[in-house]
Amino acid sequence: MASETLTKEATQKKDEKETLKKVSIVISRGTLEGVYPGLIMANGARMEGIEANIFFTFFGLNAIHKKKMKKIKVDTVGNPALGIPPIVGIIPGLNRMVTKMFIKEMDKLDIPPIDEFLEMIAATGAKMYACKAAMDMFHYKREDLIDEVADVLTVGQFYEVAAGGEIIFT
Amino acid sequence: MPTKTIAGKTVEVDAEGFLVNPDDWNEDIAKELAKEEGINELTEMHWKVIHFMRQDYKERGQIPTIRRIKNAGGVPVQDLYKLFPDGPAKKAAKIAGLSKPQGCV
Repeated sequence: MASETLTKEATQKKDEKETLKKVSIVISRGTLEGVYPGLIMANGARMEGIEANIFFTFFGLNAIHKKKMKKIKVDTVGNPALGIPPIVGIIPGLNRMVTKMFIKEMDKLDIPPIDEFLEMIAATGAKMYACKAAMDMFHYKREDLIDEVADVLTVGQFYEVAAGGEIIFT
Repeated sequence: MPTKTIAGKTVEVDAEGFLVNPDDWNEDIAKELAKEEGINELTEMHWKVIHFMRQDYKERGQIPTIRRIKNAGGVPVQDLYKLFPDGPAKKAAKIAGLSKPQGCV
């Protein structure tokens, strides 16, 4: 009997399309290519009606730091995927040029610059949080961060916020 | 392509119910499609978004993104999520008689 019930349940489950309800995305890196995937995923989740949180930690905090957010760049040193010789990557100003190119290409796809993107994401109802340990480590204050940040959380509090959903680390 | 009768007009739709030909669209169809999406009444603000999307598509041949609806259409993101809950880009495109948006933003 029990197995019959189980089979029935399994069939029912198969018929229903599975959907994600909630995602919590950790952004831990402070380069352009480290920040954007998490932002696009969080925004994309909201576009699908999925609840979304973003937790900025370590150098990821730069993305929500009022002054540092404007200086985020593509990493041209030690990034073989760029396809340029490693020695070229260290040329002063190169990362600024590459970053400019990336931002231009992204703009063509209507992917906004970081400041506008964060405003948009906050407007979708996604919640943004900063990691307390990283804030303490870098000696950042709450007022150093953009107003859209909902709160500064310990890792324990982050898990409470993320409860019942998927966690994605980037 | 399957066909479907919406508001008394038989039109071609894709597997998810998006109109195949934007020219098949009319305001009565929009009202019906909105109901299917759980929006019982289209307000003036809804129509502003719908007409902007159709006009922009006509001019540029691309379904406008949320950012474009915000910047060029003048509708704040927050309002878009209120008007078309749980997926404004897709829902608004569907009601506007356009195909499913293919972009990631």
